[in-house]
Amino acid sequence: MLNVKDLHVSIGENKILKGINLEVNPGEVHAIMGPNGSGKSTFSQVMAGNPAYEVNSGEIHYEGKDFQALEPHMRARAGLFMGFQYPVEIPGVTNIYFLKNSLNAIREAKGLQPLDAYEFNEYLGEKMDAVGMSRELTRRAVNSGFSGGEKKKNEILQLLVLNPKLAILDETDSGLDIDALKTVAGGVEKFRNKDNAVILVTHYQRLLDFIPPDFVHVLMDGKIVLSGDSKLALELEARGYNWVKEENGID
Amino acid sequence: MDKKKKENSIEEFTNQEYKWGFHTDIEQEMVPKGLNEDIIRLISKKKNEPQFLLDFRLKAYRHWLTMTQPHWSHLDIPRIDFNDIIYYAEPKKKKEVRSLDEIDPEILETYKKLGIPLEEQKALSGIAVDAVFDSVSVGTTYSKMLGEQGIIFCSFSEAVHTHPELIKEYLGSVVPWRDNYFATLNSAVFTDGSFCYIPKGVKCPIELSTYFRINAKGTGQFERTLIIADEGSQVSYLEGCTAPQRDENQLHAAVVELFAHKDAKIKYSTVQNWYPGDKNGVGGIFNFVTKRGKCDGDNSKISWTQVETGSAITWKYPGCILKGDNSIGEFYSIAVTNNHQQADTGTKMIHLGKNTSSTIISKGVSAGKAQNSYRGMVRTSPNAINARNFSQCDSLLIGDQCGAHTFPYIDSKGSTATIEHEATTSKISDQQLFYLQQRGIDPEDAVTMIVNGFCKEVLNELPMEFAVEARKLLGVSLEGTVG
Ligand SMILES: Nc1ncnc2c1ncn2[C@@H]1O[C@H](COP(=O)(O)OP(=O)(O)O)[C@@H](O)[C@H]1O
Ligand SMILES: [Mg+2]
Repeated sequence: MLNVKDLHVSIGENKILKGINLEVNPGEVHAIMGPNGSGKSTFSQVMAGNPAYEVNSGEIHYEGKDFQALEPHMRARAGLFMGFQYPVEIPGVTNIYFLKNSLNAIREAKGLQPLDAYEFNEYLGEKMDAVGMSRELTRRAVNSGFSGGEKKKNEILQLLVLNPKLAILDETDSGLDIDALKTVAGGVEKFRNKDNAVILVTHYQRLLDFIPPDFVHVLMDGKIVLSGDSKLALELEARGYNWVKEENGID
Repeated sequence: MDKKKKENSIEEFTNQEYKWGFHTDIEQEMVPKGLNEDIIRLISKKKNEPQFLLDFRLKAYRHWLTMTQPHWSHLDIPRIDFNDIIYYAEPKKKKEVRSLDEIDPEILETYKKLGIPLEEQKALSGIAVDAVFDSVSVGTTYSKMLGEQGIIFCSFSEAVHTHPELIKEYLGSVVPWRDNYFATLNSAVFTDGSFCYIPKGVKCPIELSTYFRINAKGTGQFERTLIIADEGSQVSYLEGCTAPQRDENQLHAAVVELFAHKDAKIKYSTVQNWYPGDKNGVGGIFNFVTKRGKCDGDNSKISWTQVETGSAITWKYPGCILKGDNSIGEFYSIAVTNNHQQADTGTKMIHLGKNTSSTIISKGVSAGKAQNSYRGMVRTSPNAINARNFSQCDSLLIGDQCGAHTFPYIDSKGSTATIEHEATTSKISDQQLFYLQQRGIDPEDAVTMIVNGFCKEVLNELPMEFAVEARKLLGVSLEGTVG
């Protein structure tokens, strides 16, 4: 589904990703872990096509297509969803208006009829119940004045509403109390099936207790230095990242 | 989409397209070019006006000759040759138009293209329309139905004949003929416009609306609108404007006067979409308009809502004179400028009565190389005990070659006045655009969505039918602002 080959990325003069390789297939859950500043968000943003980052070399293929040729909205319409580490506020635009337009843009790209206001309300209601979100949040402006937890839940709500094929969730678990964490994990569990894939970007084990990954990758200094199964995550939890650094000669 | 490419497309604006730029081929009757007393007499004669009106015009004209064209610090206005303008153009009538059925089909077609059907049965539900084509009004819908409630809604010229006493009493009562350069010019040469009178205690059951269309080449449009709300009455009035695409500048200098008696409420909404000129700043309408309302009676209320997306230069400050005690003035404004457009707009709130209050919400959106200024004045006289004003002026910038400026003037003689002013300037952030795009929304729709969100408080003030139009218009005006 997603195939990343020898990806090098920079912002301005700074080289941030220095040769990433990753293959993700339908039905799989991958975790990308790593200390702060290792390039996890950069990776997520580049997958979604953020023009602020410059891809110096390498390939990104999604369902066989060259993803780099697609603008961000076309990638979204092709089935990519990225949960933002820092969801953005859009003052004055209600959550419900935004979600409806977003869903209908994606439906249209798939050749489906847009949902009308009534159908959309029904549909949205179900998804909101799934993440235990109060209806009142749909009338508020997108992420404006939302608490940290509400913003993250809102990302999961969008995930469920848009129902993509590949979800990259950038630290959707960070800064949450245990109840909110369970809600987020529950949302991801609802989303998962054999046809779609999830990349969980995190630096904690916590979320992985709820959603055991098939693969765990350790990102350090812009490279995946180690990959393994869910046991690797537990080992990182117990021993920290230093031993990985030492073994790979990173200071 | 790298940064370079994006900057280029912000500069380009090639997509920008004015969708109302067509011209209607119709025989026009015009007076000769130029401005002098003979022309004014000719206009007055063509309209078969009573002597008092000709006197009003000549008085204004003679005064205008002593005035000089004003210069504003943030506007770059080319010198206007007032003798190179045709002051009166009307579609040639085959015969006297008695009903809508007799209107030239070409003109009906024009309004249909603009989305404004004039045939009564097809007319927008619940909206009465007066359509002004160049210098004359070509048809007013629903006037019979309104007449049954004593509401007068007709063209200004018609009112001059049917209700001269009202014209005599109110014309110039809010905007005096010597008010300012363009208002004085208008007082001398105004051609047509709408007139509306709501009798005591009547709540106008439908929205009243005027649609202005400049069609003829080389002409100026000088319309005059007068709305009078008698005691305890209420009316909501909408105004829309478009013009053909031409590479010359055309002058539009209108005067609108609103008069609210005791307990009366007037809501005046404008969607101004005159031709803005091309992407290089060639052509477009000079929109120099004087709009003012007088809350003459106690507990009266006047509310201005405007969405200004068109014109090469917009210069207007719809204001309220709050004379009656407890009277309320409101100004809600969205001004969008793109390419080389310039807008200098705002309001004047003059507090004279006790416990008067005013609210000003201004949203300026600039893109391209455009300049957008809010200029507002709040004045409270010593008698205006407990006067209150709240002003909020927000500017949104798209790209980095445009400008936004805020000039709030406060003249507060009464020490009991409470005046609050808030101002913000923000840019559409790349993060916002990217966030929306990541959710499948294309960049142009994303800009429209963000701008609509930014303007929300003002859009909410518009009557429903207009709000939908206005939302679309915001999108169209900003097409091509991101790549
Ligand atoms: N907009 C930016 N401009 C400059 N440097 C950046 C920017 N965003 C991230 N970086 C740098 O890139 C590196 C990786 O950041 P990031 O991808 O956010 O890491 P992570 O998500 O793993 O914490 C860090 O050194 C960070 O300082
Ligand atoms: Mg990060």
